[in-house]
Amino acid sequence: MKDFSSLFTTIDQTTKTSLKTKALADFFKSASDTDKLWTIALFSGRRPKRAVSTTQLREWAAEMGGIPLWLLEESYPIVGDLAETIALTLPPPSRDSDLPLTHWITELKSLATVDVDQRKARILNAWDQLDPTERFLFNKLITGGFRIGVSQKLMTRALAQATDQEEASLAHRLMGAWTPETTTYHALIEVEDVEADDSRPYPFYLAYQLEDGPEALGAPEDWQAEWKWDGIRGQIILRNGAHHVWSRGEELMTDRFPEFARLTDFLPDGIVLDGEIVAWDGAQPFPFNTLQARIGRKTVPKKLLKDAPVILLAYDLLEHEGQDLRALPLQERRARMDAVLYDLPEDAPIKAAPPLPFDTWGTLAQTRATARDHRAEGLMLKRKDSPYLSGRKKGDWWKWKLDPLTVDAVMIYAQQGHGRRANLFTDFTFAVWDGNDLVPFTKAYSGLTDDEFRKITAWVRKNTQQRFGPVRQVTPHHVFEIAFEGIHASPRHKSGIALRFPRMSRWRRDKPLQEANTLDDLKDLLKTYG
Amino acid sequence: MCGMPTILMRMAQSVLTFTDRGIYCPAGDFYIDPWRPVDRALITHGHADHARPGHRRYLCTDACAPVMRHRLGDISVETVKFGETRNIGGALVSFHPAGHLPGSAQIRVEVAGEVWVASGDYKVVADDISEPFEPVECHSFITECTFGLPVFKWDDQKTVAKDLNAWWAQNAADGKASILGAYSLGKAQRLLAMVDPDIGPILTHGAVENTNEVLRHQGYQLPDTIHATPDLNAKDHPGALVIAPPSALGSQWARRFGPSSTAFASGWMRLRGVRRRRAADRGFVISDHADWDGLMSAIKATDAENIYATHGYTEIFARWLNTQGYNAQVLKTEFGTGEDDTQAPSGEAA
Repeated sequence: MKDFSSLFTTIDQTTKTSLKTKALADFFKSASDTDKLWTIALFSGRRPKRAVSTTQLREWAAEMGGIPLWLLEESYPIVGDLAETIALTLPPPSRDSDLPLTHWITELKSLATVDVDQRKARILNAWDQLDPTERFLFNKLITGGFRIGVSQKLMTRALAQATDQEEASLAHRLMGAWTPETTTYHALIEVEDVEADDSRPYPFYLAYQLEDGPEALGAPEDWQAEWKWDGIRGQIILRNGAHHVWSRGEELMTDRFPEFARLTDFLPDGIVLDGEIVAWDGAQPFPFNTLQARIGRKTVPKKLLKDAPVILLAYDLLEHEGQDLRALPLQERRARMDAVLYDLPEDAPIKAAPPLPFDTWGTLAQTRATARDHRAEGLMLKRKDSPYLSGRKKGDWWKWKLDPLTVDAVMIYAQQGHGRRANLFTDFTFAVWDGNDLVPFTKAYSGLTDDEFRKITAWVRKNTQQRFGPVRQVTPHHVFEIAFEGIHASPRHKSGIALRFPRMSRWRRDKPLQEANTLDDLKDLLKTYG
Repeated sequence: MCGMPTILMRMAQSVLTFTDRGIYCPAGDFYIDPWRPVDRALITHGHADHARPGHRRYLCTDACAPVMRHRLGDISVETVKFGETRNIGGALVSFHPAGHLPGSAQIRVEVAGEVWVASGDYKVVADDISEPFEPVECHSFITECTFGLPVFKWDDQKTVAKDLNAWWAQNAADGKASILGAYSLGKAQRLLAMVDPDIGPILTHGAVENTNEVLRHQGYQLPDTIHATPDLNAKDHPGALVIAPPSALGSQWARRFGPSSTAFASGWMRLRGVRRRRAADRGFVISDHADWDGLMSAIKATDAENIYATHGYTEIFARWLNTQGYNAQVLKTEFGTGEDDTQAPSGEAA
């Protein structure tokens, strides 16, 4: 694993994307096919099945490190990463080895078939022959979330460089349900004709946030506007009589949304639709938390299917009659989509997302202001002659979201972050006034600058009243403006409400504690926007 | 003073007590590294969180005094040699090398046969420039624990020096300057003792060079350095290593060196999260403080029963010591708001 470890070290030692790409491309030129395949898998969110629980890992690491478990547990939030904490705690290895990445992954997979004593013996044996960096990577393979500063996009670009292929076509090859167990490097990357994989989606085209108004985009007539729905971005694929549903996070969600099975009755074979999956009340989407109840469920109870039925609000047609349409202009794709979706029964689980007519940017701004009435977050603007690109590209697709709702709240609990934010207090719980009491109503993690996080961290350390494990109760003193996209009733929360996308928009140092908002203020917002 | 009550009180008191001004010795009526102005201050070393301005009289080692004068200006300083004993009131006092930086000391205080040692900051491995750490037997030991967690373990200095020199040599070959962030007193000079001056010229920030001058004058051996004054043209010194305080990295001052690779040298670089947050190209794990094993071996060597843990992960460290048969307590101090590794990466000592 020394080559993989040295690749990681190079990537970790630089903040420059070009150097990371080059290091990865060099690795792709020299590594074995199985190591390459696993590297592609790891950097596209695929990992071996977890064979050991993190509880067991902690216990075994403490034992091998000769320290009590509590001491390892106390070190973890300070390091901010369990795999790293263990790697740093263990004594130096007693021997050296250079077995390939694939060997260690195979070893981890094989643990599933042996008893716990053997698992432990084999993990300890691995630790005893890996250096600290290799141990960290080995532990990461077990604990998952293999995020080490390499995005799928960067990996794809490096692979494109190493294999002299086009990045976009490689990105498409890498989509879908493959795992290193079901394919080979040759079949996935090298063969001329991509093996027929009926479930393979297209890489999603993602929009940028429009920071200023749309005037800079040019003539209004060149643009198409739609609501920006608050659902799950998804692709629905109908090929060879079967249907497949993919989320933007490249998760296959076919079984979670059985409603879409009926689509094969209405729609022709050989099509791929892009759109937003929403829970639908017959006329408009339910609030997002209704859909949320569906997301977590792998199998859906009948009652939930009835209470929160989903549909696809389709806005693009990527494939028709088995042909890839992505290079066509949007308006032509849209016209074909409208033809495909024309005259469907009212209860079909799909609708064409309606384009919003407008003559001037001014009239469109008025439409945007009514987005919340339509359960939308704002508008999408798409250039009518734009092809369907892959990934986040500036220029043709923009999201023009509503200004968020805000409330001023008091920080009452703080917790340290992970990874890059280890050792900093970054995760906070906020409260509003209910009479003389502060009632917690939301957490928020983002929105402050590094400098502000440093300042608040120093303050938290000096003003901790009580500790509950990693959580510190702090003196109520600081007021923050919390921005959010939506507000819903929630019986699970003490305050009775839940926010959508809460974040800290401002540190209100100017605001005295007593002037933070109240629970009644939140209830008013709930009445208006919930 | 009339005899009996005072003596009784004195017997009941500890050799050192802990007050809101700092560590206090009632028998000798002096403070050790106090953080509020006092009449008499015994100082372990010159870092700003230990040697503060405003005291009436200072006592430190002769090796530490020049830096103190350099930093605190016109102060009244008395000096002692390492190991020399001095009676102050009813206390017998001596200074012993702490290995933290050149001139740094632990302070031994003996009253009526009971011995306490205040360690200040310390490091147990030799670094080729500081007077090597000397264990001092005592009954009670005040220890720092900046890196008092089992995840903090340092590679030996030779290994880190090899990495450091390889980084510099590679940058020089690529036509880049190597800008290394390190605290100006202690860490900077230790690094100077580690690098290979044959690789290229060594440029220094003013804060570092001023300290170099003081230490050179005392007889500490440092390689030749060039003060990067405002009129220095960086192009005249290709492939240079630039040593500057961490705050200078990323500043206008650092941009004058053209294409460069940046690095920090600190014990915190052991943590990947901190390294990434610093957004430097490299992080060299090198600290003026004892690592986990160093703390444990130092404490063991004092043969002390009572341990007072200060600046760092005090609660965790004291809890661990209590499981190891020591009588350990947390000591709240105002150390660790300073300028070396005691400063946790989030801006303040934990």
